[in-house]
Amino acid sequence: MLSARGLTKEYQSGTTRLAVLRDVDFDIPQGTFVAIVGPSGSGKTTLLGLLAGLDLPTRGTVSLDGSDLTRLDEDARARLRGEKVGFIFQSFQLIPTLTAAENVQVPLELRGDDDASSRALDLLQRVGLGDRIDHFPAQLSGGEQQRVAIARAFANQPRILFADEPTGNLDGATGARIVDLLDQLNRESGATVVLVTHDLTLAEHAQRVIRLKDGVVVEDRPSQGQ
Amino acid sequence: MKRRAGFGVLLTLAWRESRTARRRLALYMSSISLGVAALVAIDSFSANVQDSIAEQSRALLGGDVNLRARNGFTPAVDSILDSLKTAGIPSAKVVSFASMATTSRSGGTRLAQVRAIAPGYPFYGVVETAPAEAWVALQQGPNALVDPSLLISLDAQVGDTLGIGFGRFVIQGTLVNVPGDPGIAATIGPRILIPDRYLAETQLLGFGARAEYEAVLRLPANTQSPLWVAPLRPRFEAANVRVRTVVENEMDLTEAITQLARFLGVVGLVALLLGGIGVASGVNAFVQRKIETVAVLRCLGASSAQVLTIYLIQAAAMGLAGAAVGAMLGVAIQFVLPQVMGDFLPVDVSVRLSARAILMGLAVGVSVAVLFALRPLLSLRRVSPLQAIRRDDVALAASRRRDSWTWITNLALVASVFALAIDRAATTQQGIGYAIGILLSIGVLTASAALLSSLTRRLASKRWPYVIRQGVANLHRPASQTRAVVLALGFGSFLVTTIILVQANLLRSFDLTAAASRGNLVFFDVQEDQERGLDSLIRAHGAGVVSSTPIIVMRIVAINGIGNDAYAASKAIPQRFWGLRREYRSTYRDSIVPTETVLTGTFHGAAVPRDTIFEFSLEREMASELKLSLGDTVTWDVQGVRVRARMTSTREVDWGRFEPNFFAVFQSGAIADAPKQFALIAAVTSDTTVARMQRNAVRAYPNVSSLDLSLVRRTIDQIVRKVTLAVRFLALFSFAMGVPVLFSAVAATRRDRLREGVLLKTLGATRTQIGRILLAEYALLGILGSLSGMLLAFGGAWALVTFVFEDSFTIAPVPALMIAGAMTLLSISIGFLTGRDVFRETPMAALREA
Repeated sequence: MLSARGLTKEYQSGTTRLAVLRDVDFDIPQGTFVAIVGPSGSGKTTLLGLLAGLDLPTRGTVSLDGSDLTRLDEDARARLRGEKVGFIFQSFQLIPTLTAAENVQVPLELRGDDDASSRALDLLQRVGLGDRIDHFPAQLSGGEQQRVAIARAFANQPRILFADEPTGNLDGATGARIVDLLDQLNRESGATVVLVTHDLTLAEHAQRVIRLKDGVVVEDRPSQGQ
Repeated sequence: MKRRAGFGVLLTLAWRESRTARRRLALYMSSISLGVAALVAIDSFSANVQDSIAEQSRALLGGDVNLRARNGFTPAVDSILDSLKTAGIPSAKVVSFASMATTSRSGGTRLAQVRAIAPGYPFYGVVETAPAEAWVALQQGPNALVDPSLLISLDAQVGDTLGIGFGRFVIQGTLVNVPGDPGIAATIGPRILIPDRYLAETQLLGFGARAEYEAVLRLPANTQSPLWVAPLRPRFEAANVRVRTVVENEMDLTEAITQLARFLGVVGLVALLLGGIGVASGVNAFVQRKIETVAVLRCLGASSAQVLTIYLIQAAAMGLAGAAVGAMLGVAIQFVLPQVMGDFLPVDVSVRLSARAILMGLAVGVSVAVLFALRPLLSLRRVSPLQAIRRDDVALAASRRRDSWTWITNLALVASVFALAIDRAATTQQGIGYAIGILLSIGVLTASAALLSSLTRRLASKRWPYVIRQGVANLHRPASQTRAVVLALGFGSFLVTTIILVQANLLRSFDLTAAASRGNLVFFDVQEDQERGLDSLIRAHGAGVVSSTPIIVMRIVAINGIGNDAYAASKAIPQRFWGLRREYRSTYRDSIVPTETVLTGTFHGAAVPRDTIFEFSLEREMASELKLSLGDTVTWDVQGVRVRARMTSTREVDWGRFEPNFFAVFQSGAIADAPKQFALIAAVTSDTTVARMQRNAVRAYPNVSSLDLSLVRRTIDQIVRKVTLAVRFLALFSFAMGVPVLFSAVAATRRDRLREGVLLKTLGATRTQIGRILLAEYALLGILGSLSGMLLAFGGAWALVTFVFEDSFTIAPVPALMIAGAMTLLSISIGFLTGRDVFRETPMAALREA
């Protein structure tokens, strides 16, 4: 379960305070596929950062699987991420100096898993990249890089997966395949998926859509595709 | 419960993650290589020299104990030596003096250093000769062994007869190596070895002759020479014999080498710290590139400590590689050092690898690399995982914030500078002084860099051409390497200029010395009855006598009527102070000469004082050491006759000049009747006349020696050339050590420059315009860095020349400006070399990469 209560994030800009997110409240039950949508500047990425514990809110709380993220320090949040959270980024964010397999191994190795390499191989095969394990990110296409990122995100069997505009840098067909893959892995693993996107068509692949505008939740409804 | 990743996993991650950065990191870390090379080379070389001294210490002294006297051994000393011989402790004597050597076949003459040696000398070590059997042949008759340079200057060969005074010796061979004589000894004056039993035949050690008498003793094996000699020491010293044991000799030589090593070690230390700055500036740029990767690692659950460990492992590994390259270079330099320094060393140095020096170099190199890298790496701990999805300025600013670890690292850096300097210095105080000097220099150069940034920002005028404005603006852009470049250039220029300025000042005094002499041929050891004849001989060759100076030998016996020992006790002067025991060679005249300046009192005239006590003038330092005041009387023993004289003036004497100079100058009436010798200076116009005059003078007066000043000048030139070679080696090294640091600092901004350059190209800038921007930026950096270094060098060189070499300091602007020019050119070249991709890349390719 992921819960946000009175979530507010403000930035100081010169002498004025700028509220990027105001009093956001919602609960996301385990195993749900949720899309957060909204135009550019609506606060989507800020919300994702707060939900994943990448940043702290000015006010309010975030509870992830029973842990209040706002009460944890940076390293404790990092540990929690390592154990329960997976990420997929718009720009893939693969470590350029590591091969596909090594990229997938990183979260496993960071928490001391002994079978990191066999698990990475398994995951890469599941995303259809079993034959590209020794390739470096620069040797892979955009779609392939994002599939490696998805394999990496699922490596530590996360309870929740955050995807920030995962198709933003891909063409339509590849983007659709990526979302299908996300959907499939969500069903297989029972992980909660939080997808941040401005693409409404893509959002309809989710079970629930939360719409943001100017930092406020203006709509929270089941998706029309469901 | 899940475990956290162990060190092994972090090690693997660090290795994998470094794949594309290894070359860049290696470049940054190469900054420390030269520093490590210097330390390894100096420490190994010093260890080698010290080992060689320990091995050859007995050979260096010729025996276990060495006795030395200016005026021969008294019968009392001879009787001690005889009784020791009976007790199984043999001794061998050596008498050394300067004399003219002639050959009848060619008629050549040359002033040489003659050593008359007794059979058995030296007890240790081997005198190497060519042919080898010549050494044994020496003692079998009136034979001589000579330096090869003497054969050349006399146009003689082995088998010829050599004339020394009235003696005749057959040259049996040449000297290859004499233990204890540094290689430069033969340059200063060619050596001649003769058997001591034929010394009397030369008739050169008569009245007033200057000679040094030595005896070496061989003690039974395992005897502690200082303990053995202790009871005899007072008796020897009472007879004006200086005693030296093999242990003392070894300690003195080792101390001299240690001091040289310490001085050079400080240069190495500066190189290492400069390298550290290069590492810091390189790693700083490296960190900027790694922010995204670190943010991703943080998203994936890496703790800040894990992230720091990964990058510290990379820095330490590359630091080790840089230090290892340095150590190898140091070992290579170690093989070159004996060639450069060998002539100045009393021992033959055998090069051996010193494991301690290599390991120390590696350890110090790695710690400096890690410590300097740690400062920029610490900021990686604060990279927010948020930067993986949003790389904004807020997050970057937060990552630059300083916390307690940053301050602890800063303190550790300063502490390490102090620790390294103290380790290199003779005393803690000196080490603290070095460290403060180094930190001050860094401070001055950093302030210069900040000043340049701020001045250019203020002075930059909109009327300046765009390319200049852009070049100037680059100096104060965010993450610019202005400070690191100015530091590297400034330090390099500081060291090179200091070395060259000190060299120029020291050589200038040699130059003045040789040039200022009025005559060019000096005759000395001229007896009273020979003076007139020699004067006529000089004039008969068409030359003029510039001066004829009487020289009278004397000693001090009492001051203000109090005997030497009582006087010394009353004035707290050490009993063994040489000023009270030495033999003075004094003169008389009633006016000062150009090499003197009266400091206190009035220089005496010719008038005989009313109270019949004659007057004399004493050299300033000697008067001060003897604690004499104007009006004090000194009783002199002038070859058996006591002469009481009053000190009425003190003088500053320029000892560096070739004219005869004296501590004590008397009123003419005081000592004019005493037995004396003369030194004559002649002004001779041609080299052939000099040779002819020397030959004829030696024929007429075999005891008279003559010194050709043009030959002295040539000898000085030879020595200067050797010193210059050693100095240039040091200067070149100082120059070289700034280069990797510069490369590292400039390469750190390469990526930003590339982006900026292609952006400018996209906007329509031509390659020439981009070239001019680079030129403006690097020329400014070069000029500021080298000028700051030059100003620091003026201070450093002044301090060295004034306080260490006790000479007057003159700025040599031409070499200083040439070095500044070379440094600026270096800066521009490195700027263009690292920026060359801007010219090569098409805008499209670079923008795609960016």
